[in-house]
Amino acid sequence: MATTTEVSSSEYNVVGTRPIRHDGTEKVTGRARYSADIQLPGLLHGRVLRSPHAHARILSMDVSKAEALAGVKAVVTSADFAKPSGRVSDLTEGAIHNMGFMANNVMAGDKALYKGHAVAAVAATSPHVAEEALGLIEVQYEVLPPVLTLEVAMKDDAPVLHERLKSLANPGLRPGGLMDDDDTGESTNIANHFVFESGDIEQGFKEADVVVEREFDTASVHQGYIEPHAATAVWNADGNITIWCSSQGQFAMRDQTARLVGVPVSKIKVIPMEIGGGFGGKTIVYLEPVAAALAKKSGQPVKVAMSRSDVFQGTGPTSGTHIRVKMGANKQGKITAVDATLAYESGAFPGSPAIPGSLCMLSAYEVENARVEGYDVVVNKPKAAAYRAPGSPASAFAAESVIDEVAGKLGIDPVEFRMLNGATEGTRRINGVRLPRIGYMELLRAAKDHPHYSAPLEGPNRGRGFATGFWGNGTGPASAVASVNSDGSVSLVEGSPDIGGNRVALAMQFAEVLGIAAEDVKPAIGDTDSVGFTSNTGGSGATFKSGWACYEAAHDIKRQLIERAAKIWEATPEDVSYTDGVLTHNSDPELKLTFRQIAARLNATGGPISGRGNVNPRGQGPATAGCIVDVEVDPDTGKVDILRFTILQDIGKAIHPSYVEGQMQGGAVQGIGWALNEEYVYNDRGEMTNSSFLDYRMPTSLDLPMIDTVMVEVPNPGHPFGMKGVGEVAIVPPMPAIANAIHDAIGIRMTSLPMSPGNILEAIWSQEENGKA
Amino acid sequence: MAKKAHIETTINGEQVEYLCEPRQSLLEVLRDVLEMTGTKEGCNDGNCGACTVVMDGRIVNSCLVLGVEAEGANIETIEGVATPESLHPLQQSFLQNAALQCGICTPGFILASKALLEREPDPGEERVRHWLAGNLCRCTGYDKIVKAVLEAADVLEVKG
Repeated sequence: MATTTEVSSSEYNVVGTRPIRHDGTEKVTGRARYSADIQLPGLLHGRVLRSPHAHARILSMDVSKAEALAGVKAVVTSADFAKPSGRVSDLTEGAIHNMGFMANNVMAGDKALYKGHAVAAVAATSPHVAEEALGLIEVQYEVLPPVLTLEVAMKDDAPVLHERLKSLANPGLRPGGLMDDDDTGESTNIANHFVFESGDIEQGFKEADVVVEREFDTASVHQGYIEPHAATAVWNADGNITIWCSSQGQFAMRDQTARLVGVPVSKIKVIPMEIGGGFGGKTIVYLEPVAAALAKKSGQPVKVAMSRSDVFQGTGPTSGTHIRVKMGANKQGKITAVDATLAYESGAFPGSPAIPGSLCMLSAYEVENARVEGYDVVVNKPKAAAYRAPGSPASAFAAESVIDEVAGKLGIDPVEFRMLNGATEGTRRINGVRLPRIGYMELLRAAKDHPHYSAPLEGPNRGRGFATGFWGNGTGPASAVASVNSDGSVSLVEGSPDIGGNRVALAMQFAEVLGIAAEDVKPAIGDTDSVGFTSNTGGSGATFKSGWACYEAAHDIKRQLIERAAKIWEATPEDVSYTDGVLTHNSDPELKLTFRQIAARLNATGGPISGRGNVNPRGQGPATAGCIVDVEVDPDTGKVDILRFTILQDIGKAIHPSYVEGQMQGGAVQGIGWALNEEYVYNDRGEMTNSSFLDYRMPTSLDLPMIDTVMVEVPNPGHPFGMKGVGEVAIVPPMPAIANAIHDAIGIRMTSLPMSPGNILEAIWSQEENGKA
Repeated sequence: MAKKAHIETTINGEQVEYLCEPRQSLLEVLRDVLEMTGTKEGCNDGNCGACTVVMDGRIVNSCLVLGVEAEGANIETIEGVATPESLHPLQQSFLQNAALQCGICTPGFILASKALLEREPDPGEERVRHWLAGNLCRCTGYDKIVKAVLEAADVLEVKG
């Protein structure tokens, strides 16, 4: 297939071009196979029984009637799973999860902690029989008062979810845990309470000419991937388990499942299916251990699938939050002090993104005097899972709204205000860590110069807003192996599931090194027995870390090709050079072999050549984004229309510009949904009342304009091609930018999300009432 | 449990017979009985469009059609869009425009877009956005999908 190459002054042949993705044809013809597409002989269908109560003790469970139903082959409960400890001290080997809590989340033990919490599962000959059987399982619950808000959960006399929850004061530890047996600490719902401090905020506020303090609330929102979770497992009599599922990391699925079913990791092979969206929500197991346990008990392959309602109620949304920000600045436009308190709901188990939210909030700025206090709080809602730049969107909504207000009071243009305070290389973040090279100032300049920023915006109830966002970006171990084929192509097996175009971007980095075409690389995502350990496609890290692995694998091949040519030419490797896919004898330049020519001769000249790359690279570099948005507010209905939207992002260097734009557009639109419509609506019993795509309103094509993108290329010194992770940060700025635009349009400062028609109307009415008073 | 019904229908131009339970949806029949898994399930309640197929010339959410209702119908699924020789211009345009990321919603979008272009060969952006409002995509923000459909319309017009 043809490569469409954009005219570029780049020094690269492949990097920066726009080849057709390798998996594209399969995906536009329906042939690509996703998690639910697996069919096996004798396949059973599994379904999960979920708690109807948000908070209840499970007194007893009788599964005998379900087991007796014709077609039912197995029923499992928490008794069928391993019981890893939930103690804090068990967190070893860099594990970022508390496996005791994870086991409890996958299948409730003695308590159901949210409506939708799994309590049992059935495998049967058809999905309908399995569903029928769920209705025959008798569970006796003692219903307990649900803890549904941060305010209630943090009270001293609040009902507690976990009687032995340890309250940490540790900004380095996300998962939290239970107390040691001899710990006599008080029961609490506060899993973590930490403070970051720098400078002297009292002095800073004294130096301020303007101080703004506001409180903000954001509702839980779901990642909203279109593919519901599904997992299929076979448990052989020899103890070997095979699992087919879609996830953001086949190795994470393997390692977590191994702990939850109590087998060594070597007993499990996870075969990654194509993933139908994840956005952070498919980084932890839900169904994989359940499918395995049902397969073991039934002796047959079992596919367990979630309904959309299961996905909403049983898998991770992101946290609802309450955030207070107080900011002072002087007349010159310099921020003199910030004092902030952030509380994040973690759902039923500890581990909200309060830490990254607190860390990212001020990271794009140089703030000498700051105090940021964070709380991680358990409530009777689904356990929060990662969602695109976890934690940062909520804290940016608060901080960037306050910055807009401070700049407004000082009469300084909002972009210029950010330039006066913007972080550069060497600026200390609030945890003391200095920033590497970042492109935030370049991004601000690009915003200021963009025609959208100065375009006329006329008409009543219209306004323009600007905001930015910061995300730290992640990395991790990654592996790749590649084999040269006799026709001059290379089969590349890498370990990062392709969540939105990273497969082609990895093949391109590989091709760049060898001077071959992207189309001559055949990339595939390996199962857990075919490639080395690779951490999750998450933290915007896949194209970075697996890119490094592919870069190393290509260099490994290059080195071997040079050796092989030297052998053919009876020369030393030092006599051979390799440029743009051609081997040349340095002292006899007539002697040349193209990649294709030598590939055809490998078997006859010493055997096949394969390359490998095993890395755990640093230097991923943080990401920043900004957006300019024009809105129109309908004062009669409260509806906000997005008239024009421009997203700018510091991207390092685009490997495949189309898919970088795609990440920016997709992230921005998730942010628009978060800003305007999306929220988990709960009744007072803790039941989500909008668990369908009809009532949980994600943006449709009709709700949006085109999303213009500006890729700001400031090469990342931590990567051979200067790229950095681009997947997440675009979701951060839309909420505050839209809030700032609404303020510009109607003069009302919205402080809670979503800014839905009802909430906007309420704000308009309350302002009118205040005006009258 | 009610007995299975014997159904005769046409799928992608081929005569097809199958047995299905009265409670099985057309989506289940396609995926689980006929093993045509190109049609995707996103919500199973008619709100995402991932399971879009064309039935007697109309786009439908196959999760909202019963398998038994397909008796005597003419159904087109994603598996019937490309010819053995080449992709449909819409499929080609989706690839050229990078109009898919995860790809789970893509079959539904292609069928819905194809139905639009067969009715209205030259729709504008607003019309495309309106027509596709029943198909959810969470990855792309729709920008590149809308562009791909508009570009395919141009290609088809030149061809036609």
